[in-house]
Amino acid sequence: MSRPFTPKVLTANRLRQGDAVWLTEDDRWTTDPLEAELIEDEAHADIRLIFAQSQRNYVVGAYLADARAGARGPEPVHFREAFRSRGPSNYAHGKQERF
Amino acid sequence: MYHYNDFDEAFVRERVSQFREQVARRLDGSLSEDEFRPLRLMNGLYLQLHAYMLRVAIPYGTLNSAQLRQLAYIAERWDKGYGHFTTRQNIQFNWPQLADVPDILLALADAGMHAIQTSGNTIRNVTADHFAGAAADEIEDPRPYAELIRQWSTDHPEFQFLPRKFKIAITGAPNDRAVTKAHDIGLRMVRDANGAHGFEVIVGGGLGRTPMIGKVLRAFLPTADLLPYLEAVVSVWNLAGRRDNKYKSRIKITVHELGIEEISRQVEARFLETRAEFKGGDQAILAEIGSHFAPPAFAPRSTAAYEAARSANPAFRSFADTNLAAHRAQGYAIVTISTKAHGATPGDMTAAQMRVVADLALAYGHDEIRISHEQNVILPHVHKADLPALYLALREAGLATANVGLISDIIACPGMDYCALATARSIPIAQEIATRFDELGLEQDIGALKIKISGCINACGHHHVGHIGILGLDRAGVENYQITLGGDATETAVIGEKTGPGFAADEVVDAIERLVRAYLALRLTDDEAFVATYRRLGAAPFLDALYQREVQIHAAE
Repeated sequence: MSRPFTPKVLTANRLRQGDAVWLTEDDRWTTDPLEAELIEDEAHADIRLIFAQSQRNYVVGAYLADARAGARGPEPVHFREAFRSRGPSNYAHGKQERF
Repeated sequence: MYHYNDFDEAFVRERVSQFREQVARRLDGSLSEDEFRPLRLMNGLYLQLHAYMLRVAIPYGTLNSAQLRQLAYIAERWDKGYGHFTTRQNIQFNWPQLADVPDILLALADAGMHAIQTSGNTIRNVTADHFAGAAADEIEDPRPYAELIRQWSTDHPEFQFLPRKFKIAITGAPNDRAVTKAHDIGLRMVRDANGAHGFEVIVGGGLGRTPMIGKVLRAFLPTADLLPYLEAVVSVWNLAGRRDNKYKSRIKITVHELGIEEISRQVEARFLETRAEFKGGDQAILAEIGSHFAPPAFAPRSTAAYEAARSANPAFRSFADTNLAAHRAQGYAIVTISTKAHGATPGDMTAAQMRVVADLALAYGHDEIRISHEQNVILPHVHKADLPALYLALREAGLATANVGLISDIIACPGMDYCALATARSIPIAQEIATRFDELGLEQDIGALKIKISGCINACGHHHVGHIGILGLDRAGVENYQITLGGDATETAVIGEKTGPGFAADEVVDAIERLVRAYLALRLTDDEAFVATYRRLGAAPFLDALYQREVQIHAAE
C-alpha cells in the first residue's frame, strides 16, 4: 500500500516583487496563504505544479509545500513555510505588515 | 581611500547598463529564470524567502561618509530604511524589487561602489582587518594590496567559472582580526630577516559543512609577487578542484585530498609561468593605488578633555574601556560602534543611523569608516579629545552600546528570517541571549566572550570559530540548536568542538546561561577569559553544566 498523500499548497515567489505567493483554485497567485488551494490528491498536485511552472513570467521557483486544512484556510506544516507566510521575526515586515 | 579612475568608472557603469537590459529581457519574457539567475547573481542579486536581496560589496570593509550616505539613501528610496552588515564586510538590502535594482546599482556607481562578484563561483569581495591603516600593531596597511586584488579579480576572464566561490582575506598585523585561517586564501603580512615586507600565504581554510583551518603554503612571499602567486594558486585549483560534487569543490578539499606538499609543488610550477607573464604593470598600479591610502594628517592635541570626561562620566568610561582600540598615532583611538544594542538585530543599521555615522566620520574621523566581519562599524581615526562629543552624538542615535567583544556582541547570520538556505533562525537567538545577560547584569563581569550563530551548516555566522558557537538546524521539522565550544577566529585559530545533542529554541538561551555560569564558577581570576578557562580545563566541566549532569545524578540517587 502506498503512503497516504500529505496535502499540499503550491507556492512560489513573484518575479517582480520577489514576495511569496500561493496558487488559488481559480488559477490566481495570491499573497494570502489562506486563499491557497489545498491539494489533497497526488495526481492533481502534479498537474498543478506543471501549470505553476508554466507561469514563468509571473512567478519563480514554484514548488509544492506540505499544508493542512485550518479553520480559515490551508495552514503551513513546516516552520519555514510558516515564516514565509508571516515574514521575519525581527521586524513587522513582509506579510505580517497587513495583519 | 581609493577613488575610481576613468576605467573603473566606465566598467562599473557598463555593467549597470548590461544588467538593466538583462532585467528588461527577463521581465518581457525573453530570458527564462534559468538564463537570468546567473546574470543576477553576478550582480549580487539573490531571491530569498520574502523578497529579493541585494548584496553590495564594501571592498575590504572601507567606506567614506559619502558612500555611507548613499547606502542610507538606497535603504530609504528602494528598501525598508535599513541595511544589514554581513560577516564578509558587505551590506545587504533585504527588500528591493527586481525592476528597481538597475537604479540601485546606478546609485552605487555614483558613489564608487558595486555589487559585482558578491555572489557566484568567482573570487568574492576581499576582506581585510577592519582596523587596517590605524592599528597600533600593524606592519603595513593591507588595503592597497586588497584593492590591487579587487582590480585583478574583478571580471578576471580565467576566474569567472571557478569550481566554487573563492574568498581571500588579508591582514597587515600579527594579531589576526580578519579570520585569515578560515579563508580559501589568507594573507598575513610578515617581515623577513632583513625587515622586508611579505605575506605568509595560508590556503585551504574555510568553515561550512567541512570546517578546516588553513595551512601555510608559503611562509614568505615578497609583496611584489602577490598577484602572480595568487593567480598560480587559483589556476591550479581551477583545474584540480572537484566540479563533480559541490560539497567537495572548495580549495580546502583539494588541499585535503592532494596534500599541501602536492598543492605547493603544482603552485610553484605554475608560479614560474605566471610570474614571467607579469611585466611590472601590477607594481605600477599598486604604486598608484598606494597614493590613495596615505594616512591622514594626525595632529598632536591635548587629551585632557578625554581624561576629564572619563573621570566625570562612568557611562563614557565604560564605552571607552570597551569600544576603543589602540591607534598607531599618539592621542588617537579606533572607535568601534556596536550595531548590537541589547535586543537589536546584529549588523542592522537604519538609514538615519548611517547618516549620523557619516556625519561623525566627517567631523571627527578623517572621513573614514570601516565595516567589520563582526558586523560592527568602525571610525578608525578619532582623536581622543573628540571622543566625549562623539560619544554623546552616538548615544543620541542609539549607537553607544558599550559591549564590543562582550557576550552580547554576537555575530549572527540572517538565518531563516530571511535566507532561503537557512535551516533555522539565528536573529531571535542572538536577541534573546543579549537581552538575557543584560537583564542579569553579568555582561561586564563575564568579560571577553565571542558567541557566533549560524542558521545553517554553511556557517556564514562563523559558529565554528566562536568561543561558543551555535548552529541552527532543522530536526524533524523543529528548530534545534547545536552548540560548539572553544573555537577561535584569531591567529591561534581553532575549530570549536561539538558538545552533544542540540537544544530546542526555547531551551538554548538557558543552556548558554548554564555554560556561562559554569565559567564564572571555574575561572581562576576575573581576568581569565571564557576561552582561556575552557583551554585550561577542557570540555568536561562545561558539558556537565550544559547537560545538567550533576542534577541528573542527584535525581537518580
